[in-house]
Amino acid sequence: MKAFLRTGGLGVLLLSVLLLSACGSTPSNSSTPTLNIAFLPKAVNNPYFDTAASGAQKAAHELGGQFKQVGPSDAVASEQVPYIQTLTTQGVSAIVISADDANAVAPALKQAMEKGIKVVSYDSDTAPDARLIFINQASTEDIGRSEVDLLASEINSTGQIAILSATSTATNQNAWIAFMQDELKKYPNMSLVKIAYGNDDDQTSYNQTQALVQAYPNLKGIISPTTVGIAAAARYLKTAGLSGKIALTGLGTPNSLRSYVKDGTIKGFELWDVGHLGYLAYYAAAALIQGKITGKQGETFTAGSLGTYTIGANGVVLLGPPTVFNAQNIDQFNF
Amino acid sequence: MRKIIRLVGLWEALLVVLLIGSMLLGSLLSPYFLYSNNFSNILGDLSEKSIMILSMMMIIVVGEIDLSVASILGLSSVVLGNLWMHNLPLWVCILVALAVGTLAGFVNGLLVTALGLPSLVVTLGTLALYRGCAYIVLGQLAVSNFPDGFTTFGFGDIPGTIIPWPFVIFVVLAVMVIFVLHGSWIGRQVYTIGNNQIAARFAGIRVARIKLILFTISGFISGLAGVIFTARFSSARADNALGFELDVITIVLLGGVSIFGGRGTLPGVIIALFVVGILRNAFALADFPTETQSIIVGGLLVFSVLGPNAIVRLQDWLTRKHIVATITNYLQRSRSS
Repeated sequence: MKAFLRTGGLGVLLLSVLLLSACGSTPSNSSTPTLNIAFLPKAVNNPYFDTAASGAQKAAHELGGQFKQVGPSDAVASEQVPYIQTLTTQGVSAIVISADDANAVAPALKQAMEKGIKVVSYDSDTAPDARLIFINQASTEDIGRSEVDLLASEINSTGQIAILSATSTATNQNAWIAFMQDELKKYPNMSLVKIAYGNDDDQTSYNQTQALVQAYPNLKGIISPTTVGIAAAARYLKTAGLSGKIALTGLGTPNSLRSYVKDGTIKGFELWDVGHLGYLAYYAAAALIQGKITGKQGETFTAGSLGTYTIGANGVVLLGPPTVFNAQNIDQFNF
Repeated sequence: MRKIIRLVGLWEALLVVLLIGSMLLGSLLSPYFLYSNNFSNILGDLSEKSIMILSMMMIIVVGEIDLSVASILGLSSVVLGNLWMHNLPLWVCILVALAVGTLAGFVNGLLVTALGLPSLVVTLGTLALYRGCAYIVLGQLAVSNFPDGFTTFGFGDIPGTIIPWPFVIFVVLAVMVIFVLHGSWIGRQVYTIGNNQIAARFAGIRVARIKLILFTISGFISGLAGVIFTARFSSARADNALGFELDVITIVLLGGVSIFGGRGTLPGVIIALFVVGILRNAFALADFPTETQSIIVGGLLVFSVLGPNAIVRLQDWLTRKHIVATITNYLQRSRSS
């Protein structure tokens, strides 16, 4: 017992030394607005977010600002919180976040805003009171409805279809799926048999696709509104020799799907220009830091080569309509 | 120096060095490491793990293991969320969540003691089982409209300090465990079982009952961790704290608890908790990628299993050398006289 107390005592002593040394020092905010902007995607090493990051980097270069991207390696909501706290401690001037769980990150983001950090969400929104501006890649309704229309045109509006989504709680995937389900009412001969979740993980998405195909032998089409999901699904369909038998569409990046478009596994898929998304988000964050805008409806700001944007209701800025990529145009894009 | 080391134990002394080292590393890696609110971040991040190591430590000392702790956490979190969604008063939700956690732990204990199954297998099974139950309870939903007071408890600090509220729970529980484990007959029985279960039974110790109680406590504490996690992220989801069991077990083993049972002290484990917490924080502040952090934590786990064994061998070797030297000395003296 004595020995234990001694060890414990030593530990407590050390910790209190750390506590004492820590007391009194808090981050100081410099008076000149430096553009020290950090991007916090749902997960790093994801081609989608890396493309957005390259757009943001371009914007940072144009504005002479700093850019960095940090984040968890897996898309788990609670893992974003420590990163927000770390960025707050580091005293960055803005956090640009794609929220994995709109509410889980809210308390930490509010704490960051209390410390004077500007918060912008992109790709996937947070609770509206936990950020100033949301850069919406495309209207939720457009994406949801047009993906169903795209698939319908490939399968003659008939047959069983399934959706392969990201995580079950992902804000934008769920919103898209809601509009897909609404749009499906226009197609009485198409039936949605299952919504599977691949958790934005390649292996899980691959296995989920396999499970879908085995569980529903009459499956005619799959919509995967996530870049990781559609690539994994395409790989499975090709491996299983189902190219052309089961139609696949959804959201993906041209580079990761180019070969599948060329061999016919995918006839067409959609996406917005992700690089532009990161570019616009960086410009919005910079405008907030420089005090040009505050996030109110009706304010306008210029985003470099993209032109002028107006802030809509609830602080939402819309990037533009989605693009359809197919065998004819895919070679014009490189991201 | 040798005296000090003998007093606190070689491994604990090493841990203290490791703790100082990680603090130095932290302040070298990032100028923000020593900010006061960063300390609050470190403690906050450890909220659930800090209490989960207490029960895990006792279970490993008694010679068992509980892999299902993070799943129980998730289950208790979604139970809390589901009841709150159905407009029950918050205190009722919390009590039921704790009860569910306790029950889950009790079931683990029953399977291990009554059926005599190895805990590694039992809790590997319930790891998947309880997580599955969590998905059944709340499906793919996330409940997050908890009252501000609840979120403040999870996320906020005690006013005027840099100590997060959940840390208070840890301190209270840790003091209780220290006294029970290191200062009472119960603790001695726990260590005895861990050292030699058969001998313990012949000595009249009710092995099964103590194990059952420990698994139940582990369930309760994991349930409590579920409540804290839910409050901290104001989000009840089925995938909450996925994979936490790895960090919890790593900390306990790094703290010098033998994976074979019967050896280890709580102060050592608590120092290990701060070593892991500080290292993770320091790497995050220095913008190290998560993969690097995982590699380092995994490395610590391997080190913590190898390290104490090496030290025990070193001590044996030193003792043997000492005995040989004494005998040689004695023989030489008797020959010369």
